[in-house]
Amino acid sequence: MTNFIDRRAFLKRTLVGGAAVATGFPHIWIKNADVAYAASGDIKVGVLYSLTGTTAIVEKMLSRVTEMAIKQLNDKGGVLGRKVVPIIEDPASDPKTFNEKANKLVVGDKVPSVFGSYTSASRKAVLPVFEKRKNLYWYPTFYEGFECSKNVIYTGAVPNQQQENFVPWIVKQGYNKFFIVGSNYVYPREMAKVCKILVEKEGGEWAADEYLELGHSEWGAMVNKIKSMWKEGRVDCVYSNVVGDSIIAFRREFINQGLSYDKLPIFATVNSETEVQAMGPEYSAGSFTSFPYFQSVNNPVNNKFVEDFKSFVGDKEQVTYHAMECAYFQVFLWAQAVEKAGETHPLVVREAAKGQEVDAPEGRVRIEPENLHTWLTPRIGLWKSDGQAEIIDEYPKPLRPLPYSAYGETTDNLYCTEKGLDTSKLKGG
Amino acid sequence: MAEVLFLGLSLASILLLVALGLAITYGAMGVINMAHGELVMIGAYTTVWSQLYLGLNFFMSIPVAFVLTAALGYAIERLVVRRLYGRLIDTLLATWGVAIVIQQAVRVEFGLAFFGIHVKGLGPGLQNVPVPRILREVVMIGDFVIQPYRTFIILFTLVLLVATWFVIYRTSFGTQLRAVSRNRSMAACCGIDDKRINSLTFALGSGLAGMAGVMLAGLKTTFPSMGTPLVIDGFLVVVVGGVGSLLGTVAGAGILGELQALVATYWNDIIARAVVFGTVILIIIARPQGLFSHRGR
Repeated sequence: MTNFIDRRAFLKRTLVGGAAVATGFPHIWIKNADVAYAASGDIKVGVLYSLTGTTAIVEKMLSRVTEMAIKQLNDKGGVLGRKVVPIIEDPASDPKTFNEKANKLVVGDKVPSVFGSYTSASRKAVLPVFEKRKNLYWYPTFYEGFECSKNVIYTGAVPNQQQENFVPWIVKQGYNKFFIVGSNYVYPREMAKVCKILVEKEGGEWAADEYLELGHSEWGAMVNKIKSMWKEGRVDCVYSNVVGDSIIAFRREFINQGLSYDKLPIFATVNSETEVQAMGPEYSAGSFTSFPYFQSVNNPVNNKFVEDFKSFVGDKEQVTYHAMECAYFQVFLWAQAVEKAGETHPLVVREAAKGQEVDAPEGRVRIEPENLHTWLTPRIGLWKSDGQAEIIDEYPKPLRPLPYSAYGETTDNLYCTEKGLDTSKLKGG
Repeated sequence: MAEVLFLGLSLASILLLVALGLAITYGAMGVINMAHGELVMIGAYTTVWSQLYLGLNFFMSIPVAFVLTAALGYAIERLVVRRLYGRLIDTLLATWGVAIVIQQAVRVEFGLAFFGIHVKGLGPGLQNVPVPRILREVVMIGDFVIQPYRTFIILFTLVLLVATWFVIYRTSFGTQLRAVSRNRSMAACCGIDDKRINSLTFALGSGLAGMAGVMLAGLKTTFPSMGTPLVIDGFLVVVVGGVGSLLGTVAGAGILGELQALVATYWNDIIARAVVFGTVILIIIARPQGLFSHRGR
């Protein structure tokens, strides 16, 4: 009797399983062929930012701001007259989960574009999915460059856009002996490379290039070292590529060891409104950051953006910052490209996106046709005691993105073009 | 040089702060409590909450954190650890699970985040703990900078150390605790309620972790996963010093703290980490029982 039931249960499971395999993975049949994207009805797009896990602190807000942008699109009648529906997934700050969820969105939900990622590790993890499935990923974070994918639109700053204006400006203020400090992983190390090139070009020198393990927050020895080198006259400013929660411990230690920004200034590339708020504004006041966007940018688009977002999340104290602003305007860039293309197919939209411009909260931004990165306006902010930055320097116009500037890429000598990456130039650089 | 030694002393005191609680739970009870770092984290968050909701100042949140984390530790012991005594690997995995649960509970605001409710002082973000002004004013003696906050941590650690020593070696509870840790069944035969002692010991160790959390809140960053790297350092100290020896824990913290400070200052922080780990490996190869330990019987 029991034997019979077992066999019946077994058969049932086999049948259900077989049916699931046959219907659940239709992509097997259309592998590498062009995926058919619905020409009518709602447009589904993927939203892939971590809502849980270690980087959720930043990514949750990127997800929310993307939702807000999509809502604003729909309020104005959608795209191509169709409603845009976000499919929000939580990759839980884990690159492997990013890959799985990207597959689910691209293959399962057949979305024609996905907005997502904060860390480079997560972007690298989803890259094969978008390249193999010929889909399009919209990546909003400032990052270290050194990438030339034809299936990613990069809307955040690359090293030259954060530093090409910043470093000469610092030297012009009379500081030319740099102590470069960062967290120990790829972004700060690549940023340091570009910084050194620029410092030497300006006739300054870098006295030290030091790192602290990511996630460690014991800055005592490092600050001590900075202080003694400063006393010996070997450094006159600190150039910081420190990221995340380490920033806060670093600034606290800096102040606690009796140093002050008016004597030994810190010039930072990552410290944004959200970190400043978390550490207590008094620990940042008087230091500098270079970003294309600050919450204090004063123009009607940004003022509306800041107000909209505060009411969207229902928190008056919510701050806005660079990565978040890019996550916001890239949705509108996508919408314009779709309108221009007249359809949602990712590769057609990519071609239409080239040269696309939009009035973002930071000002005019434009997608560079050659490398699919974005023209942004570098700005330098001086932090005030209210946790906002006073913009004290602004590039006259948007600056061209050069993702390989650490390896010698210049405006006249592009490494990453529409044809792809010229690897022969990399060896020379 | 004086500043380097001071820094080393400060690093040692922070290590000791975290390791004290571990020395008790691991040393005396033989329980590898992977949730120890999360108890430190809860202690740090208690500082945030007691300022936000109770209007207490930094110093007043120390006893609050002790009571809260001791209660949490007591609950963990009663619900999880008690059922797994004598199964070292199982307690390790179970308490690791508890650690993840606590971390995520703070991150998702005890589930309220799913309903769109945001509670101030919870969630995945970084928290800001203002340090009282009296602990922020830098004192200069000649060229030597005295950092008040680090000095305060060193003094506080000393006080905790003396208090822990007193509890373990000079009270009736401590005597029972030591008896249970040496030979559980013999102690039970002599009429000691070993289960009660275990619960209280675990609560004491957790409470110490909570107070460590308050101290760290003012020095580092308060966020849900802040405890994870701490617990590793804590175990290093306990293992180097010798399981079950308070003196060993102090010595372990002192050696590792000064070593880190010296190498980090004269070389760099990344290499200092490697040197510290290398030293720990050498010590446990040469003396598997740690620098100081009871002679087994």
